Amino acid sequence: MTTAGIPAYRRRVGYQGGLLGGFASLAAALLIMGNLATFDTIGQRKAEDLQRSLRQVIPDAIHDNNLLDGRMVLNQDGKDVTVYRALRMRKTAAVAFTLTTQGFSGEISLIMGIDRNGEILGVRVLSHSETPGLGDKIEVEKNDWINGFNGKSFEKLPHEQWRVKKDGGAFDQFSGATITPRAVVKAITEGLDLFHANRSALLAEQTGALAAQASTTDTTSATAGSAPAHN
Amino acid sequence: MKLEFEHDYRKIATDGLWSSNVIFSQMLALCPLLAVTGTATNGLGMGMATTVVLAACGLLVSLLRGLITQEVRIPVFVLIIATVVTLVDMSMNAWLHDLHKILGLFVPLIVTNCAILGRAESFAFRNPVLPSVFDGLMMGVGFTLSLMTLGAFREIIGSGTLFANASLLLGSAFSFLELTLIPHYRGFLLMVLPPGGFLALGFLLAAKRLIDARVKLGQARAALAGDAGPGNDGAVAGGSVAT
Repeated sequence: MTTAGIPAYRRRVGYQGGLLGGFASLAAALLIMGNLATFDTIGQRKAEDLQRSLRQVIPDAIHDNNLLDGRMVLNQDGKDVTVYRALRMRKTAAVAFTLTTQGFSGEISLIMGIDRNGEILGVRVLSHSETPGLGDKIEVEKNDWINGFNGKSFEKLPHEQWRVKKDGGAFDQFSGATITPRAVVKAITEGLDLFHANRSALLAEQTGALAAQASTTDTTSATAGSAPAHN
Repeated sequence: MKLEFEHDYRKIATDGLWSSNVIFSQMLALCPLLAVTGTATNGLGMGMATTVVLAACGLLVSLLRGLITQEVRIPVFVLIIATVVTLVDMSMNAWLHDLHKILGLFVPLIVTNCAILGRAESFAFRNPVLPSVFDGLMMGVGFTLSLMTLGAFREIIGSGTLFANASLLLGSAFSFLELTLIPHYRGFLLMVLPPGGFLALGFLLAAKRLIDARVKLGQARAALAGDAGPGNDGAVAGGSVAT
């Protein structure tokens, strides 16, 4: 295969191995540089996305704090769930969770807002890798389906109805995609379960500690304080 | 083949767009094809992202071809492609975040696109930089057009719309592209699912072969009329349609 013009050293095993190793190292170096260059910006974009999604599930009108400051972490079955509390006059008006669930082709990350009576204010998908054109109808930009959860609660809809219609529940699946909506409904039900299990802690009136925390944005103290209360 | 350094850009263009079209002639890249062509918009998005990677890989491979040996070329190409795709993915996520939210699904799929490896191997490895980049671009545009055609075909039959959600991909200026061709359409799920992709691909392939056969037949007829009398016209026609 090798043409006559190619110098002998290029046919040695060492050159081949070195070439491959060199390219692999170069690729690794480039990827590290790329990661370093984009890591902060990607984090920032994701935080902006989060704030935008929080605003979609918790209306601005019902709270007077910065949602990212009202952060606390609940522990559920060994999994940490981050909760963002919307406070009005130091009382919890609503909470928002981010949840992850296993979809058809990878994790689906959701955010849901629940008001203090346990009624869903809104649900949004933060990220997913579902099939384009099928499972991606869970995005609000592509389909109105996700808004079907608005205003629902365990009081209005009994627990066993929180399933897709195919499983005997109250929620539509999409034609051709059952697994994705099933996963989303399950995650939302778990979110409501989590809310009810931790209701007292979430709705507890905030005293001076949180007022101070809201200004310093140091959320770790709130996290540490609330975590042992559950589980 | 003798005049390898004199690159016929017109030939590269027709190869990419029609006669060696990634999908309809080389039959490559069928995996991302079936996954994303449920709608014309998704096809367009995947095509655009792939075009960028094809051109970039053409550039890199043709630049480095003096260094790369025949024996280890394939792993090196794979490394180059994977690195380019990952870098494109990361920088889009950071600086073109809104576009990434839509195209982000497709970008990692590009690594599975064997057409890129195919072009690196069969063109960029053997040709200088400029023709390689041009070849990458033309192959990419051909790929994009095929994906869009297939996507449109499946979308119209499957859901009765055309270019749904195009404004998410291209900006609100392009919302005029979003058409509902069949109002109150119940949908034909098979076309949206991967088997529908195979069916649509089959129909479009048949159509392309038919066009090619017609063109060949026309040329044969013209040649025949030029140097011989009519008479064995029918034999030629039968022969070329069969191929």
